[in-house]
Amino acid sequence: MANKGWDEFEIGAMLRTFDGSIDDIAGTAQEDRSYSESSSYRASVADWRLEKPVFNKDYCIDCQFCWIYCPDVSIIARDKKMIGVDMDHCKGCGICVEVCPTNPKSLLMFTEQADEESEIASWPSKDEEK
Amino acid sequence: MAFDKMELKDIEVWDGNFAAAQAMRQCQIDVVAAYPITPSTPIVEGYAKFQSDNFIEGEYVMVESEHAAMSACIGAAAAGGRVATATSSQGFALMVETLYQASGMRLPIVLNVVNRALAAPLNVNGDHSDMYLGRDSGWIQFDAYCPQDAYDLNFIAFKVSEDHDVRLPAMVHQDGFMTSHTAQGVHTLTDDQGYGFVGEYKPMNDMLDFEHPVTHGVQTEEDWHFEHKARQHNDLMTKVMPKIQTAFDEFEKLSGRKYNIVEKYDTEDADVAVVCLGTSVETAREVAKEMRAKGIKAGVVGIRVIRPFPFFEIQEALKDLKSIATLDRSNPNGAPGMLFNEVAGCLFNTDTKVLLSGKVYGLGGRDLTKAHLVELFTELQANVDAGKLTTPQQQFIGVRGPKLSFL
Repeated sequence: MANKGWDEFEIGAMLRTFDGSIDDIAGTAQEDRSYSESSSYRASVADWRLEKPVFNKDYCIDCQFCWIYCPDVSIIARDKKMIGVDMDHCKGCGICVEVCPTNPKSLLMFTEQADEESEIASWPSKDEEK
Repeated sequence: MAFDKMELKDIEVWDGNFAAAQAMRQCQIDVVAAYPITPSTPIVEGYAKFQSDNFIEGEYVMVESEHAAMSACIGAAAAGGRVATATSSQGFALMVETLYQASGMRLPIVLNVVNRALAAPLNVNGDHSDMYLGRDSGWIQFDAYCPQDAYDLNFIAFKVSEDHDVRLPAMVHQDGFMTSHTAQGVHTLTDDQGYGFVGEYKPMNDMLDFEHPVTHGVQTEEDWHFEHKARQHNDLMTKVMPKIQTAFDEFEKLSGRKYNIVEKYDTEDADVAVVCLGTSVETAREVAKEMRAKGIKAGVVGIRVIRPFPFFEIQEALKDLKSIATLDRSNPNGAPGMLFNEVAGCLFNTDTKVLLSGKVYGLGGRDLTKAHLVELFTELQANVDAGKLTTPQQQFIGVRGPKLSFL
């Protein structure tokens, strides 16, 4: 509703995902869709997050587990390749880290303030116990 | 069409439940999601039988609770279909959370409520506790006094609820057992007449319109919520009654049966009257006629539309009376009673000098007898003669033990 005035809403607290009509939405990648300002895609909920997942592509096997399990559709994958995390919508639940099967994990949780590059540089090594 | 039409006689012997099920069949509903509960079970049971006998094209969804039933109805209504269900009592209570979702999302859904007491103690018989529980939920509430009304009001409920200027869900109430299980002659509409009256469903912002995707059930906090709720109340207060009146007028043209937002019986020259709901209206009418033979000018005011409450029509109906009693069939639990409160709210700040008292009666299916009403009308006449209330303002009718009175 970001750009709507208080007296411009439609009945039923109903929001339009797009301004006007759309065509072949299933065949259009999310980043190429012209979402309206009132679409939840445009709304960031990043400030709900206390911890964030950091993705290290060096260990990722593109198994898609994180993509399937993410409850907020915040794992970005294209052509069955893991690309990263949608940090506007990720709420930091850590499920992606939990389900990641690689050793070491390709996703780990860090505090919101952590620097991604230095965390990847000091990524844990393979856990031989497992 | 893939389904069969049913040949009905001009007059069928139906109870209120079967009458409601037949009306639902004739309205060609897209989705009924239901969970059975006494005494409303035969509505959804009868409807399911129609479907298995190929008289219905729509979906019938069996769910795990009344909460799920109304939730499924909300989803189906948001998707863009004609939707209805039925419930009673505890099931209605379990639906309450979702009732507010339906009205806030402005989804037209018809809910047949076969009125029954609320536990504890557990009781399957009729009173208006569940009806009263729904009165702040933002639904339109129609009240049937007999099986004929239960049949007719279903058509009217769909017509009003689905109007694009209204878009609010509607309940059709009937008294548990007294209406729902009492067979009477019901004048029918043909399938074509019935469906012709409600018309083809016209979707609005439906989720199955893939060219115009929408989000239903959004979150709004302090910056938006109040405006949505205020608009909902505004539409209930200003838009619904004219649409109901139009629907009543059109229905009268179709069927010859006339419904009024407030039903007045023998009130034109009356001194005393009772204001009541449901089957009690019919009993009170009979007694009022008998009281006239005894020299008491008695009348009856039946409320057909409980929400939105018909303030102006009630004011008009009651202004020239001298003494009236409201009959509340629900435990007020620490207050005068819904009808008393609303009627008092109508009359306050007006010039009327009518004396108002409130009665609580019939809880858990306790009969309201003609003798009770004779006594009540006599008491109201005593108020007229004395020029003031001769009894406490609130009294219980028909409960054993010393006479209970308060206020």
